[in-house]
Amino acid sequence: MVRVSSILACLLFLFFGEAIAETVTICPSCPIKSIKEGISTAQAYDTVLVKKGTYYEHDIVVDKPLTLKGENYPIIDGQKKGEIIKITSDHVTIDGLFVINVGVSYTTDFAAIRVIKSEHFTIQNVVLEKLFFGIYLEKSSHGKVYHNKIIGDAKDEYNSGNGIQLWYSHYVEVSHNHVQGTRDGIYLEFSDNITITKNTSTKNLRYGLHFMFSDNDVYTENVFEGNGAGVAVMFSRNIDMFNNTFKKNWGPSAYGLLLKEINDAKIRNNTFTENTVAISIEGSNRITYKDNDFIKNGWAIRVIGACYTNSFTGNNFMHNSFDVSYNSKLNDNEFRSNYWSNYSGYDLDKDGIGDVPYRPVKLFSYIANRTPETIILLRSLFMDIIDFSEKVSPVFTPDNLKDAQPLMKKRL
Amino acid sequence: MIHITALHKKFGKNEVLKGIDLTIAPGKIYAILGPNGSGKTTLIKSILGMVIPDKGSIEVLGHPIKKGWKYRKQIDYLPQIANFPGNLKVRELIAMIKDLRNDDNEATDLIQLFRLESHLDKKLSALSGGTKQKVNLVLAFMFDSLLLILDEPNTGLDPNALIQLKDLIKSEKAKGKTLLITSHVMQFVEEVADEVIYLLEGSIYFNGTLEELMAATQQTNVEHAIAELTKTELNG
Amino acid sequence: MGKVLKYSFYDLVRSRWSYIYLSFYLALGFVLLFLNNDLSKGVITLMNIIIVLVPLIGTIFGTMYYYNSKEFTELLLAQPIKRSHIFLGQYFGVAGSLSMSLVLGLGIPFMMYGLLRSNAVFDFTLLLVVGIFLTLIFTALAFNIAINNDNKIKGFGYAVLLWLFMAVIYDGIFLLSLILFEEYPLDTFSMVATALNPIDLSRTLILLKLDISALLGYTGAVFKRFFGTQFGFWMSMLVLLLWTILPLLRLRYTADRKDF
Repeated sequence: MVRVSSILACLLFLFFGEAIAETVTICPSCPIKSIKEGISTAQAYDTVLVKKGTYYEHDIVVDKPLTLKGENYPIIDGQKKGEIIKITSDHVTIDGLFVINVGVSYTTDFAAIRVIKSEHFTIQNVVLEKLFFGIYLEKSSHGKVYHNKIIGDAKDEYNSGNGIQLWYSHYVEVSHNHVQGTRDGIYLEFSDNITITKNTSTKNLRYGLHFMFSDNDVYTENVFEGNGAGVAVMFSRNIDMFNNTFKKNWGPSAYGLLLKEINDAKIRNNTFTENTVAISIEGSNRITYKDNDFIKNGWAIRVIGACYTNSFTGNNFMHNSFDVSYNSKLNDNEFRSNYWSNYSGYDLDKDGIGDVPYRPVKLFSYIANRTPETIILLRSLFMDIIDFSEKVSPVFTPDNLKDAQPLMKKRL
Repeated sequence: MIHITALHKKFGKNEVLKGIDLTIAPGKIYAILGPNGSGKTTLIKSILGMVIPDKGSIEVLGHPIKKGWKYRKQIDYLPQIANFPGNLKVRELIAMIKDLRNDDNEATDLIQLFRLESHLDKKLSALSGGTKQKVNLVLAFMFDSLLLILDEPNTGLDPNALIQLKDLIKSEKAKGKTLLITSHVMQFVEEVADEVIYLLEGSIYFNGTLEELMAATQQTNVEHAIAELTKTELNG
Repeated sequence: MGKVLKYSFYDLVRSRWSYIYLSFYLALGFVLLFLNNDLSKGVITLMNIIIVLVPLIGTIFGTMYYYNSKEFTELLLAQPIKRSHIFLGQYFGVAGSLSMSLVLGLGIPFMMYGLLRSNAVFDFTLLLVVGIFLTLIFTALAFNIAINNDNKIKGFGYAVLLWLFMAVIYDGIFLLSLILFEEYPLDTFSMVATALNPIDLSRTLILLKLDISALLGYTGAVFKRFFGTQFGFWMSMLVLLLWTILPLLRLRYTADRKDF
């Protein structure tokens, strides 16, 4: 009986709890003209509806569970005075706002929207412009950052911030966002179990997506185009990278994907097109690279330092200047059953697998790795000649670095 | 006309001209004779500026020729070997030389004289040695220069053409021109030359008129006179 | 000099080799553009060919022309023409007709594929300028070799050797010294070594203008900081110009003193 009544009480609460939630409307001509006032007036679980208009406010603190919803994208102009919206309560939803003019400081990381030690938040359909940091999640977990548009105009790394930053935040879903012109599009530090899906991160100064000390994260179906570097994964474990596109991250020190000191990652079905270096790998072990496409990159795979037990299978390497570059003779990485457009072998038994192994490391890339200045001889006749002679009889390049079963046709 | 003093020329260790002093007077025909390697061609080429002398000076028409080139306007030269750019037609070659010399003289008479009309539109590489030599002669005689230098003009010519050549030489002389001719055919020399210069091992061994040569060697024809000269040299 | 140049040029323009050279470039241009229709990719491929082939053709053609026109030269020497004009005229005749083949042979296909409307027009122009310089330089070097060697076979041998040295061996020595002295700062050395060889200089100039320069990484950035500036560009042009003028001065000097 007690149990039944408590269930009933719960249902009642849910029913009335929804029913009693009210809407506080804010507009330039309404009785409540400022968002701050609206928030202080509102009760927990109310909706604060911000009508179209421009609101010159900063340091708006959302300290109770609220839905702060904009209608027709009202503009909240922080006038470069500091942080604009701060969330310090659980169960807060921010929806449909146009937030501009975040203060820039060299000492404080001002953000357009900051979530502090809160859970179950949702930030969606927000447009951020003229920002320093965009959405900053600080020790906040179990939330959602969905369908936001963050347009920065960062010029220098030292006075710009990140589009979406997660710091000690776990179990957050970041999806369908568009981030451009910031320092790092999306930055994760000490943040585990994050899902990053279908975002577009372009023209950011540094990285499109950046992991530091973050484990068990997944990012899929994102597009990283024209960033200083596409994605950097550093000092992290168990990151899954599936179906992403790394495009045109082109420049003297640019790359599509940087792996530094990471272990046990899976990299599958990604497409790397026209990057200076598609994947740059430093001290990373037990990583599987499977079914990726490397098309028209300067270097497809560039390995620096010791990397053990990595496997490259089923990838398409097409029209890259260098397929693999390697700076030591040591190697226990596996290359098997990849398609190499530079492969010139034959397939007498017609089983679709080349009869002679393919050696993906050119002598020139080996030399250029040892003595970087020699790269200036790129595309000289001399280099073509010695590359050819090395291909015919390898002397310098690692003897066991080869794909013994190169595919004759590319994987579709 | 030409005044040469103390002309020396070495090719490597080979001393080809050992101090030549020579004066060529205007209006006469000079035959330069001498065995192979005696320096005939080198002497001619020095006058033309094709060979640069080591020592000594050459004056043509009163001006030293060193580093000059305009004086060559006053010289017509018939080279020993008729080498021409092979892919030019005869007509084009003649037009080109006219253009290069800035001279508009017509070659029609000479072309008729040597019966070259039918060859005018042939490429020079397609011509026989004799025909080439005729073209060579046309080019040498077509301009009205004061000085004519002919290096072995009678090589490869048929008797008919040879007669024409002699006539040409005589008519040029009649016009008051000066001619320098080298030849191996002594009979030819005898017929045309006024003066004989005999070179031997880079020095002038004899320089005088045809008559003086005969007198000095007590011979009646040039061939024997030259042979006699050589003999004297060998004995002396 | 003008008249000699005119006749040399006229002579060459009618020769079979000019047509072969011209049609080679025409074919190359059309095939390249037909295959990928991308003008800037075409420029990269062309660069590879130009920096190897143009010097080779210039060297071979220059020596060949010198020896083949021996008769013409002798004919001219007896004419009232300044000596240096005979040789410079012939030189510019050869270099001019080779350059013309290059410019027409590549220009026509690229024009037809809409060069003027594309942003590759500057890269392409630079490519042609460099190609012309390489022609001028290597023809001048070839004339120098030929005028100093009356023996045809020897002359050809030296000419091919020169090409081989500039196109291949030089880079080999360059590479070895980079590896041997890898502990030392090499930026200045590699820049100087690049500037000293016209083939390397041309290659670098074009590479730095193209997207592919990103592959050069840090070294490329250092190079770009010099060659990418106005100053660096004009310095490179000056070096190429010196490479053209110095052999020509030597040619004139030798020609004035040579016996024929």
